Amino acid sequence: MTMSDAMNGKKPPTGIRLTEQQQRARRARSIAIAVSLGVLVVLFYIVTLVKGPGVLERPL
Amino acid sequence: MTVTVARVEPSIAGVGDYIELMKPRVMSLVVFTALVGLLIAPGHVHPVIGLTALLCIAVGAGAAGALNMWYDADIDARMARTAARPIPAGRLAPGEALAFGLTLATGAVVVLGLLVSVFAAVLLALTIAFYVVIYTMWLKRTTPQNIVIGGAAGALPPIIGWTAVTGSFAVEPLLLFLIIFFWTPPHFWALSLYRTEDYARAGIPMLPVVAGPSETRRQILLYTLFLAPLGAAPWILGYAGPSYGITALVTGAVMIALAFRVRAEGRGQMANKHLASKQMFAFSILYLFLLFAMLLVDRMSGGLFGQIFGQIFGDVSSHFAA
Repeated sequence: MTMSDAMNGKKPPTGIRLTEQQQRARRARSIAIAVSLGVLVVLFYIVTLVKGPGVLERPL
Repeated sequence: MTVTVARVEPSIAGVGDYIELMKPRVMSLVVFTALVGLLIAPGHVHPVIGLTALLCIAVGAGAAGALNMWYDADIDARMARTAARPIPAGRLAPGEALAFGLTLATGAVVVLGLLVSVFAAVLLALTIAFYVVIYTMWLKRTTPQNIVIGGAAGALPPIIGWTAVTGSFAVEPLLLFLIIFFWTPPHFWALSLYRTEDYARAGIPMLPVVAGPSETRRQILLYTLFLAPLGAAPWILGYAGPSYGITALVTGAVMIALAFRVRAEGRGQMANKHLASKQMFAFSILYLFLLFAMLLVDRMSGGLFGQIFGQIFGDVSSHFAA
């Protein structure tokens, strides 16, 4: 932190700071989770269309 | 009281590492055998429901693979074949694999139960539990019969596929179960013959480590002699046509021939030390694939080959009758 930052009242960043590689990996994982959840939503939607109102009727 | 908390570094695991956790190659064979169980089952299933069942079985298999890698990270690190897996290589923390595996397992079982069949979902849950708890946590480190009993987990997918359609159980999927069950020991023991040092270093009591290579070669032959006629059983019992029967007999004969070569190899009658074992391992994969593929072709062609053969033999017999 420079003297001018201190005078302007800026605080130094605290907590965990991710490296470039960690940020890239997290972003890729987040996208993969989003895609998986999207697939699940679409799957339930299509199965509802296919089965009609008795969506939860199934063989034992 | 002071509690020390280890500092956990933010993860660098990529999507590829998570996919690797799911053992994609094992998963592909699981999906294929489940597909055959699903397609040969009597009755009709909507393609979307069939695909949902396959997706759940695939994800369930992936979950079992991830949980296996979580528990076995210590042995994986000591074996050349597995040292580069995500956890021993340090790309993924064990806790991440555990959370991933549990999430996938729960998701796969719940979705299969909600959308397809409760019976199939229960079987999938049992399969995952059997593979992770009975095989990975217990048998693998304690007995040379580990893969014999553990093989049941790998043999269940065709039954799950079948029950996804019918919601019940029958002899036909049981035959498919038995074929994979008796195929597993010769398949893995052939591999373990040329990976014995790896298994010994990791402290896994595989048969060649505990009973020696000569006993392993004898067991491979015994299991193969039982497997070959079992492979032809769906045809003998009338569940499949002659095209399947011929494939099963020919490939079964090759399996037996290879098993004899593996036995001869142990007596020092072969120039290359492990050639026959490697051939046996490679061909066993093709063998299982061909059996299931032919079962599918036979059923999909509506027994077309059977009709052609029936026509030819019918003509011949009527010719003699006249």
